[in-house]
Amino acid sequence: MSLRLVSAALLCLAVTVALAWAVLDRPLPEENLPDRVSSAMPQSGVDHPVTAVLLNFRSYDTLLEIAVLLLAVVVALALREAQPDRPEQMGLENPLLRAVMAWLLPLILVVAGFLLWAGSYQPGGAFQAGSVLAAAGVLLRLAGVTTAWLDNAALMRAGLALGLLTFLGVGLLVMLPGVPFLTYPLEYAGTLILVIELTLTLSIGLTLISLFRLTPPYADDPDEAREKEAETP
Amino acid sequence: MSGALVFAWSGVLLFGLGLFGFIAHRHLLRRLLAFNIMGSGSFLVLVGLAQHGRGVDPVPHAMVITGIVVAVASTALALVVFRRWYRASGRTDLPEDT
Repeated sequence: MSLRLVSAALLCLAVTVALAWAVLDRPLPEENLPDRVSSAMPQSGVDHPVTAVLLNFRSYDTLLEIAVLLLAVVVALALREAQPDRPEQMGLENPLLRAVMAWLLPLILVVAGFLLWAGSYQPGGAFQAGSVLAAAGVLLRLAGVTTAWLDNAALMRAGLALGLLTFLGVGLLVMLPGVPFLTYPLEYAGTLILVIELTLTLSIGLTLISLFRLTPPYADDPDEAREKEAETP
Repeated sequence: MSGALVFAWSGVLLFGLGLFGFIAHRHLLRRLLAFNIMGSGSFLVLVGLAQHGRGVDPVPHAMVITGIVVAVASTALALVVFRRWYRASGRTDLPEDT
């Protein structure tokens, strides 16, 4: 046990104790947020408070978050290397996985659709549905299923940007009658939120899938990689 | 001791453990894992403390949902960068750490 580890442990213990004490001895916030949210719920266009906060009251945060996701995938795309990216090389040699996928894939799609739809009145929504979609994509990849439409670069990029562009477009469109950015009119709020959530689901799913696909099982070892490069002209 | 406090203290504990892992390990993958544990701890604190006396507060919950997705994306991005770094240099840690 070196001095470095002991001092690190002591430091972390001190931080933990301080944080635990801070959590215990916290003042109530002056603003009563649950009350404000529940009193504004009729104007939100949805019935679930978390979805209302995400896509109506604080939709600016969500917009920027989608921008961050897009930024992450753009950087990952820029850093990617030439890959042996053919699907038949990517999958695990596992016939059982392929067989199970044939059963699971429709179920996964139904669950994603349900989560998206459920978001308006119970826990669920674009993020959960997008993650489930991404899980389907990862499984397809592991099963070695050819997904030609995912390899179409133009289509993929359009799908990645679709969520942010729709969000921005809706936010700008509602400004036409003279209200601030991202303030939905009451009668269309539910529909607009559903449209945004639909495109967000697609974009979040595609973002997570492409982040996974950008790190293929590849010769990571520098020497091994150099050998491989020497073999393939 | 209320249920909210149990969640918040578990989050604080996770944060402390993650912080220790982050300092103690030099391997970048371990650091990434430790950083994610710290992040999970802070999410747990936010969600736990959202249940204070006035009922469940949806604002921190929405923040945590956003945070989780951003954390997943940034972890994946960190993995891409880390693999690139390993391929370029053959090292699993950063030179200034040693």
